[in-house]
Amino acid sequence: MTIGLGHYLTVAAILFTLGIFGIFLNRKNVIIILMSIELILLAVNINLVAFSAFLGDIVGQVYALIVLTVAAAEAAIGLAILVAYFRNRGSIAVEDVNLMKG
Amino acid sequence: MNAALTIPAVVPLLPELVLGLGAMALLMVGVYAGERAVRFIDGASIALLLLAGLIVLALPAGKLVTFGDSFVVDGFARFLKILAILGSAAAIAMSIDYAKHEGPQRFEHSVLVVLSTLGMLMLISAADLIALYLGLELMSLPLYVVAASQRSSLRSTEAGLKYFVLGALSSGMLLYGASLVYGFTGTVNFAGIAQSAAAAGPGLIFGLVFLFAGFCFKVSAVPFHMWTPDVYEGAPTPVTAFFAAAPKVAGMAMFVRVAVAAFPGITAQWREILVFVSIASMLLGAFAAIGQRNFKRLMAYSSIGHMGFALIGLAAGTSDGVQGVLVYMAIYLTMTLGVFAVILSMRRSEGMVESIDQLAGLARTHPTMAFFLAMLLFSMAGVPPLAGFFAKFYVFLAAIHAGLYALAVIGVLASVVGAYYYLAIVKIMYFDEPAEGFAAMPYELKVVLAVCGLFNILFFLYPGPLVGVASAAAHSLF
Repeated sequence: MTIGLGHYLTVAAILFTLGIFGIFLNRKNVIIILMSIELILLAVNINLVAFSAFLGDIVGQVYALIVLTVAAAEAAIGLAILVAYFRNRGSIAVEDVNLMKG
Repeated sequence: MNAALTIPAVVPLLPELVLGLGAMALLMVGVYAGERAVRFIDGASIALLLLAGLIVLALPAGKLVTFGDSFVVDGFARFLKILAILGSAAAIAMSIDYAKHEGPQRFEHSVLVVLSTLGMLMLISAADLIALYLGLELMSLPLYVVAASQRSSLRSTEAGLKYFVLGALSSGMLLYGASLVYGFTGTVNFAGIAQSAAAAGPGLIFGLVFLFAGFCFKVSAVPFHMWTPDVYEGAPTPVTAFFAAAPKVAGMAMFVRVAVAAFPGITAQWREILVFVSIASMLLGAFAAIGQRNFKRLMAYSSIGHMGFALIGLAAGTSDGVQGVLVYMAIYLTMTLGVFAVILSMRRSEGMVESIDQLAGLARTHPTMAFFLAMLLFSMAGVPPLAGFFAKFYVFLAAIHAGLYALAVIGVLASVVGAYYYLAIVKIMYFDEPAEGFAAMPYELKVVLAVCGLFNILFFLYPGPLVGVASAAAHSLF
């Protein structure tokens, strides 16, 4: 069996779905949400690189590199906000992020 | 790629370069001079933004394209860039007095607002998916930080955390959509996508849906609005004023440009999505705001509703519709900034208050403020002859010309329901027993409130210039 574009897209779609469910089903820890976000971005990168190889077009790989870079900046800011939140709340459980409702 | 590398033309990029270099210079000043320089940096940031605005106006006329077609400056971009810059400059001016009273003054706030504005300008000019993503992230990352900027406040950090998680999720969805669009059309350039999109397969539609989901999040349209009330309520009030104004303009710019420039061949497909989003946003904005007592939370639902109205124009998909969106965004900006100028002056000796009940009897304690706020609220409700009426008029007209009768009718009904809670505030101000008065209004808030209020009151006398410029801007897209 040869591995074609469809297989890569399927893996990426599964990873993407796992990431989305990881954000909404997890009630324990905000860090898991950050990990799920990384999972989503990696699914996107698999997509981009697979399409790039399939199309013979380098732009997709450039896009993937840019996504990696921005994801690093995003994770840094996310963790910084999480630390600030933890100092005030003393907990990073998702069910404790509930001050405002309505 | 072996051709000799040439430096791309930088003239179209001048406003962005000025903002980027200026923000870095101000950061250095702040680092070396410390908290003493806060006032100077606030002023210099506003000056920098206005300078960038002047450069946008002074750019050579016509459509400028650079960086391998990924960055475009046309009439549409110029119009929205000016709006975004004005919104950001006003937001910085409105934050000065708040920072004096509440907690430590930090110079980073203005610098982050300038950097975020730089992202907005990039986003407004983006003509391919890579530039769009970079602009979007450059706009969003500083927004997450300013939302959490009161580090010792649980509400502020919780707002920042929520905004970050949902913002990153929406960026992920947008990117997943972008990767599918790239894969199924073979290009990231909007013009190239427009050529290949005519033979649309299900994969491309799938990508389009994810892309639009990300856009809906950024303009806080239903069903991706859930972050808005919490972030508006939790973030420091000047930050909320900023969130409600300039980023919405940039988000709407990106929405319109992608829909019109990249997917003109499959208008029928995306129109269905937009009609749903628009109706849901208008109805949620109208009904969910009724029970709110917190003014900032109420403004969040109000902005969800306004985005629904603005999207009517995009759903029409015509040049008239885009003109309606542009006029709507310009007027929305003035209404929102004016109302937030009032929210920012709701200060007593014991601190800021946010409940609308605290406005009781404002007409007797602060008659001018009450008059302008009442006019702005009437304008938001869409009462003629105030500016808000014209904003709604142009989008409804475009919807009717495009044959979207149901959408226009539901829009009118939603605005009637929405009028209830705007008028309820006016009733509290004019007919309830006066509460204790507020502290004197600082002059920069007075200026913002007066300018926004007068614009909304007097717009009907002379609507020609704004509508004409918006019409030319909309035509530059088609």
